[in-house]
Amino acid sequence: MKIKVDGVQHDVDVEADMPLLWVLRDELNVKGVKYGCGVAACGACTVHIDGVAVRSCQTSVGDVDGAVTTINGLGTPDAMHAVQAAWAEHQVAQCGYCQSGQIMQAASLLSENPEPTDADIDEAMSGNLCRCGTYLRIRAAVKTAAQTMKGA
Amino acid sequence: MSRLGIIARRTFLIGSAAVVSGVAFGVYKYRSEGENPLLEDLGTDEAAITPYVKIDANGITLITPRADKGQGAYSIQAALIAEELDVDLDQINVDPGPPSPTYYNTAISSEAVPFKPTDDGFMAESMRTVADAAMKFMGMQITGGSTTVPDGYEKLRQAGAVARETLKAAAHEKTGVHVTRMKTRSGHVILPDGQELSYQSLASIAADIDPVLDVELRAESEWRYIGKPMQRLDIQAKSTGTQNYGIDFELPGMLHATVKLNPHQGGATATNYDAADALSMRGVKGVHPVMNGIAVVADNTWRAFQAADMISANWPKSDMPDTMDRHWQALSDAFNVDQQEIQNRDDGDVEAELAKGDVLTAEYRAPYVAHAPLEPINATVLMTGDRIDIWTGTQIPRFIENSVAKLTGFEHDQIHLHVLMMGGSFGHRLEDYVVRQAVQVAMEYKGTPIKLTYRREEDMMHDYTRQIAMARASGRVENGQVSAMDLGIAMPSVVASQMSRQGISLPGPDAVIVTGACEQPFDVPNYRVTGYRAKPLAPLSSWRSVGASTNAFFHEGMMDELIRAAGADPLVERLRLCSHEPSRKVLEKVGEMSNWGAPVGENRGRGLAFCLSFGVATAEVVDITVTEDGIRIDDVYIAAEVGKVVDPINFDNLVKGGVVYGLGHAMNCEITYTDGIAEQDNFWSHEGMRMNQTPRIHVAGLENGDKIRGIGEPPVPPAAPALANAIFDATGQRLREMPFSKFVDFT
Ligand code: FES
Ligand code: FES
Repeated sequence: MKIKVDGVQHDVDVEADMPLLWVLRDELNVKGVKYGCGVAACGACTVHIDGVAVRSCQTSVGDVDGAVTTINGLGTPDAMHAVQAAWAEHQVAQCGYCQSGQIMQAASLLSENPEPTDADIDEAMSGNLCRCGTYLRIRAAVKTAAQTMKGA
Repeated sequence: MSRLGIIARRTFLIGSAAVVSGVAFGVYKYRSEGENPLLEDLGTDEAAITPYVKIDANGITLITPRADKGQGAYSIQAALIAEELDVDLDQINVDPGPPSPTYYNTAISSEAVPFKPTDDGFMAESMRTVADAAMKFMGMQITGGSTTVPDGYEKLRQAGAVARETLKAAAHEKTGVHVTRMKTRSGHVILPDGQELSYQSLASIAADIDPVLDVELRAESEWRYIGKPMQRLDIQAKSTGTQNYGIDFELPGMLHATVKLNPHQGGATATNYDAADALSMRGVKGVHPVMNGIAVVADNTWRAFQAADMISANWPKSDMPDTMDRHWQALSDAFNVDQQEIQNRDDGDVEAELAKGDVLTAEYRAPYVAHAPLEPINATVLMTGDRIDIWTGTQIPRFIENSVAKLTGFEHDQIHLHVLMMGGSFGHRLEDYVVRQAVQVAMEYKGTPIKLTYRREEDMMHDYTRQIAMARASGRVENGQVSAMDLGIAMPSVVASQMSRQGISLPGPDAVIVTGACEQPFDVPNYRVTGYRAKPLAPLSSWRSVGASTNAFFHEGMMDELIRAAGADPLVERLRLCSHEPSRKVLEKVGEMSNWGAPVGENRGRGLAFCLSFGVATAEVVDITVTEDGIRIDDVYIAAEVGKVVDPINFDNLVKGGVVYGLGHAMNCEITYTDGIAEQDNFWSHEGMRMNQTPRIHVAGLENGDKIRGIGEPPVPPAAPALANAIFDATGQRLREMPFSKFVDFT
């Protein structure tokens, strides 16, 4: 089975119903994508398929019909995406475990809606749990990222 | 190690020791006889250095002995050392410290007295009693009870200063220049002529000379890091998906395992099971009974998960009551003299005052709740003939070594535990069953690394939860004032449950039963708090803020009821009853921040609650609006007295997180058991707070105390009662049981 992840083409030999999450983590060693619940309740596993946020724990690899971008492909510590840079600037993370998913969700929101209101942010981000409770920093970072991206 | 003999009679001396190709600075601790019965497995003559700073061929490493479960412990500990050592935070490596006996054996375990209560006045006595049982237990742990900052505040700075001065002495040895003419900056000793000697180039000399122990700590006005916003060391990694957690650990040839647990919580493994279907699945390597369940080993985590579902077994029942009613009944039954565990507050004459009549009574309840950090528990184990390596995120490395030694027959020096970054804990990683199970599997796969990952469902259903608890309260008011409050609290012993799993029995009463209620700084003239120990029900573990998480709800709910019944104002009456100055300041501050007393408007309400926990006086005001879709929490105002805010950004983040944690669980979380089987198995049924429900949170850290305190837990206890009191204010409906979603809707 062919799959493109973070710009690289891979050939994986797995069951078609294996969730993309586990193909990424265990077969391709893309560890930035996290497992939190496996049932679409937390958003930790969020990646993009053709730029749109999806829950990789709910997406069978056989159904992936576009290029996959993970947190590791969105940007790197040396070349951060605007959303990642905003996350670092606001020091959002506590344990940080949810933040890959939060960042991917926010990046997807901002690509569709460059100037989200508080209500838009709530709507887009409320599927992503943060057990450490960093929601207010997440909200602030989304707004900062929106500003940067507008200026860019 | 000869120098140790000389200083052995004194404890907590900072010193130095030669290590491979360099020098380490840290704390010496010598255990004296009979110090703590829980430490009996340590030899009385054992002394060890706990290095905090290591300078060797690999550079400068700050060893930060407290684990980081998301609270920024690594960064704060590093900053405390760097403040005196004169290194830049980006110049140094941070290492949680390989848990070899030299690193923490005697030193950390017994030094980690988690929370000395407020030392002033009347509270000291009662708090000490309260803390005692917990201390004995927590003292053996590396991280817990908001201890990281208070514990390291002096010692880490001292270690930094000793290291700096010793390196200067080494520079003197090397160059003959007098130390008073040297400066230090960015990891270098600077000579008067501008020549820079790196700390590393001085390490071997520093290891050979006597450490300079007579150091003075810098004045607060000279601090570069403490009290100023810091960049967390892990923030880049955690913003780019490059932070590795325990669950991400990977070794070549590693296999993936999971466990199917006996659904009856605490029940034994099955001897009678059918794994034929599981074994026939792709990638499945084996199925093995382990403690409390059956493990599946496969070549991919998901395949292990799938196969675990296919196992059917005759699971023995655990010895838990079959219905929740019976759990509550056991608590209700505990209110009797025989089960009275502790009564360390009995002011005035409660009986006489209540005998005057017009007594207000109420019963309060708090359910089991799960810790549920977002990273499910996991452990990776590699066992060979004579060595076992364990990689996991844990708060109890010492206990793990003990239990692995027991399980395998290996000696301590054959067990190598590597503590990895944790995706949250809230107390969840004070348990080690996942490690024991992973070790049991690894024993079957010598030479092959095994990573055992819990499915979320198993993690939640088999969490050792927060205590279930019940309170019976009575009180009386007179002349617009609270004249009596009598609070009885019943719960099973958390400490006993937790310790039993480490083979330790609880010495003396469990003061956790009354923590967060008995030591509150109020002078109600007739005031009594009594703890009753219910029989063991579901297995329990410390949940963020431990006893106070339930008891503040009881205490502050009842206090609010009485104050309202007296027709008094919740803030004014609390202030009238409070003579503890730091607590008064916190109450006054939160009143000022929230503009207490101003009208709140239509369909709105506000509630106040206070709790002194972990030495931190914390007051919260919650503002709500009743909307057509339910209750919306608009604003939370919180003031806490911590002595010194070490890092304002981290402080703000932790406080807000604590408020969200406290409110979210009060709103909608409980674990209920039928036949010992938990009925909540994932975040849909145990959700906590989401972004759309998160209020604005206004934070103030007060610095009036003389002691430095941690802030991980204290924001949690007042959150639930402040919300309940706000709901009463808005609707007249008094909520005496969590979660509140059983009685009201939230937006
Ligand atoms: S792991 Fe996919 S939503 Fe939680
Ligand atoms: S930062 Fe820990 S779960 Fe979000």
